Amino acid sequence: MNETFALEVKNITKRFPGVLANDRVDFNLRKGEIHALLGENGAGKSTLMNVIYGLYTPDDGEIFINNQKVEIHNPHDAIHAGIGMVHQHFMLVPVFTVVENIILGSEITKRTYLDLNTASKKVKQLSHDYGLVVDPDAVVEDLPVGIQQRVEIVKALFRDAKILVLDEPTAVLTPQEVEDLFVVMRNLTERGVSIVFITHKLKEVLEIADRITVMRRGKVVGTTTPSETSEAKLAEMMVGREVLLQVEKAPAIPGDVVIKVSDLVIKDERDLVVVKDVSFDIRAGEILGVAGVQGNGQTELVETLTGLRQAESGTITINGTIMPFQNPRVMIEAGIAHIPEDRMKHGLVLPYSVADNLVLCTYYRPPFARGIERNIRSVYDNSERLIEQFDIRTPSPLVSAGTLSGGNQQKVIVARELSRENHLLIANQPTRGLDVGSIEYIHKRLIEMRDSGIAVLLVSAELDEIKSLADRIIVMYQGNIVATVDADKISRSELGLLMAGSQVANIPSLN
Amino acid sequence: MYDLRTAAPWKYFFRRWKGVFIGGIIIFLVIIFSYIKNSAVTEAVLASAVRQSTPLILGALCGLLGERAAVINIGIEGQMLLAAFVGFLFNVWTGNLFLAVLAGVGMGALLGLLLAFMSVTLKIDQIIGGTVINIIAIGLTGYFYKVGMTTKGKLQPIPLGPLAKIPIIGTVLFNNPPITYAAIVLVFLVHYILFHTRWGLRTRAVGEHPRAADTLGINVYFMRYMNVIAGGAIAGLGGVFLTLEAVGSFERVMTNGRGFVALAVMIFGKWTPLGSWGAALLFGLTSAIQTQLQFGGKVNIPHQFIGMLPYLLTIVVLAGLGGRARPPAADGIPYEKE
Repeated sequence: MNETFALEVKNITKRFPGVLANDRVDFNLRKGEIHALLGENGAGKSTLMNVIYGLYTPDDGEIFINNQKVEIHNPHDAIHAGIGMVHQHFMLVPVFTVVENIILGSEITKRTYLDLNTASKKVKQLSHDYGLVVDPDAVVEDLPVGIQQRVEIVKALFRDAKILVLDEPTAVLTPQEVEDLFVVMRNLTERGVSIVFITHKLKEVLEIADRITVMRRGKVVGTTTPSETSEAKLAEMMVGREVLLQVEKAPAIPGDVVIKVSDLVIKDERDLVVVKDVSFDIRAGEILGVAGVQGNGQTELVETLTGLRQAESGTITINGTIMPFQNPRVMIEAGIAHIPEDRMKHGLVLPYSVADNLVLCTYYRPPFARGIERNIRSVYDNSERLIEQFDIRTPSPLVSAGTLSGGNQQKVIVARELSRENHLLIANQPTRGLDVGSIEYIHKRLIEMRDSGIAVLLVSAELDEIKSLADRIIVMYQGNIVATVDADKISRSELGLLMAGSQVANIPSLN
Repeated sequence: MYDLRTAAPWKYFFRRWKGVFIGGIIIFLVIIFSYIKNSAVTEAVLASAVRQSTPLILGALCGLLGERAAVINIGIEGQMLLAAFVGFLFNVWTGNLFLAVLAGVGMGALLGLLLAFMSVTLKIDQIIGGTVINIIAIGLTGYFYKVGMTTKGKLQPIPLGPLAKIPIIGTVLFNNPPITYAAIVLVFLVHYILFHTRWGLRTRAVGEHPRAADTLGINVYFMRYMNVIAGGAIAGLGGVFLTLEAVGSFERVMTNGRGFVALAVMIFGKWTPLGSWGAALLFGLTSAIQTQLQFGGKVNIPHQFIGMLPYLLTIVVLAGLGGRARPPAADGIPYEKE
């Protein structure tokens, strides 16, 4: 072998109790390339990178940097070997400033005095050199996630990283921020940095990667290049079977209006108007998609529709009845199902069992309760039935919901919400953070609900999701509905423009 | 929302510390007024306030060093008590005050080590760990203390030359015994260490986001151990203050809740040494006024009620005026390596 690899691992094996997370994994990274590591959640991508970064000790295997064997026992060794890692959940201290976060562990001092001024200058120089603009004195918790990620990258560069591991860097970003990140990544490789890009998003891989390695169940399935492969082929490698990337759906047959929203005005916690005079209606048997970059009022709108938040003015009418505000139980009993944005925080009580989570909306009613007493037997029977019906992979209905994978947690929520009698389903970012197989499953279910005559409101920041599922689309920008269009009359890029604040008048196909 | 951090620095500073500013001005005016009325009593009360605040600020420094590294220490009371007793014993045996102080400080550090071992290594609930220390201290001192042990003197005030001759300030600040001086120095020293050194940055990181510190190669356990031990030593100094500087002898449970008031002082001071010092002085002042009212004999209120004053203040301050202080994010949570 003549080629010098920036990083090469051979035969890495890592066992966790009951799981073989990495099974004799071989992987190499050429100098100055972007090498995508693709796989579903739990395929072993993050485990492999944590081994390389010294956070896990492998049971077997070797690591080489520039063809030299190295021993990495802890992050300190990894940093010393020129490896920098941007973790999926940022490793930033929220109350520290940018520069404090960057120098932490590699501080610049004058005798004992922490020299933040010199450090700030060095950070500014680095930001300038690599085109990563950050304000060294800003407090991290005030920064948007895209900028926080930039801080993480600068942090690695500050330590002279030549190899950069980005763990699911796009999961938390808006489409525009993803584009910015890709520019930064290309910039870095031009300056001799080699990048491992971990993801499960196929489109991004094809767009940015030089080579692609796919992992499944702890093993490397194969390595390929974007020109040799396609989304469908990659998905098949990831999942191990053919996957439907495009949802199949018949044209909608809309019925009566289920929900009518008129002139809704909503304020957020800081007393700012975040939803301005919003009106729309949804008919039975159609999916209305709400497109928009996160933070343009969608969250507050959904919270108001599900009874979690007070509106300043306006009305919500469901099946002809004007609904009160801020009364979740009335909304549930009126037949609104809700798949919340943050499944860990608002969708499930993580320490509760799967069985209890499945009756969170109905626990107080027969058959799950007799007067003040719960009927545990029927709660258990109900859970067994739903686990079977919705294909929830759990060792038992009695394990806590927090131990399940993200996809299965989402299935628990879907099972709970769809097993009641519904008229309206509100799904907010229903596939965020899920792998291809789970996304396919959720999409199928949404179409099924529509076809059974339920009105569906789908809020998503993923353009493709909105485009492929929705029958009609409203675009929200700064609290206003800037456009209402039929899904088949607008292109992906036009939708992107509207989300970024473009006027309808500037979109030719809508005029 | 209007973000304070983007405003002019002095505006930000003022808004953040508005209550403190206004309170400070009121107290200052009251002191001036009272000094004009009766200078001798005012000086005595203020000097007493500074001395009463000494064990509180030392306790608070102990608490905040621990909590900045995410270890809650409710065993300050016990650390102070046992250190006070050990210092007293050494004074009885050796008659050497310097050795006695060292012994007390060492005892405090040892109890810090015990707390760190329980909460960092064994990952026992930190409230239980601290309670264990409190119970041990009450038990051991109660068992070994014999009435009739006599000491050979206590630490005496050292006037700092001409500084001690300035009216009010001289008597109050520059004519104190050594541990009181040490406490003031420690306030600034701990402030410098926490906010202007590598050690402090790492300590705060460990208290806010230990995993982030870990991924940068910082030894979370080591940082926690060292800070809790250093805190214990400082609490020990607060303990020997009672036996070797304030009273000169030992009594059962003589800390009398100061370790807990120190925690309140720390919270009121928003986990900062300077803020805590201000809070400790405030509590010291109410204690001094309380003593003055009780023994001045001019007020006709049962002394039990006057005795409540400092504790009532604790409740009022923590419930209302403290503002929304934010403890370190990882406070009280043991760190598990992956």
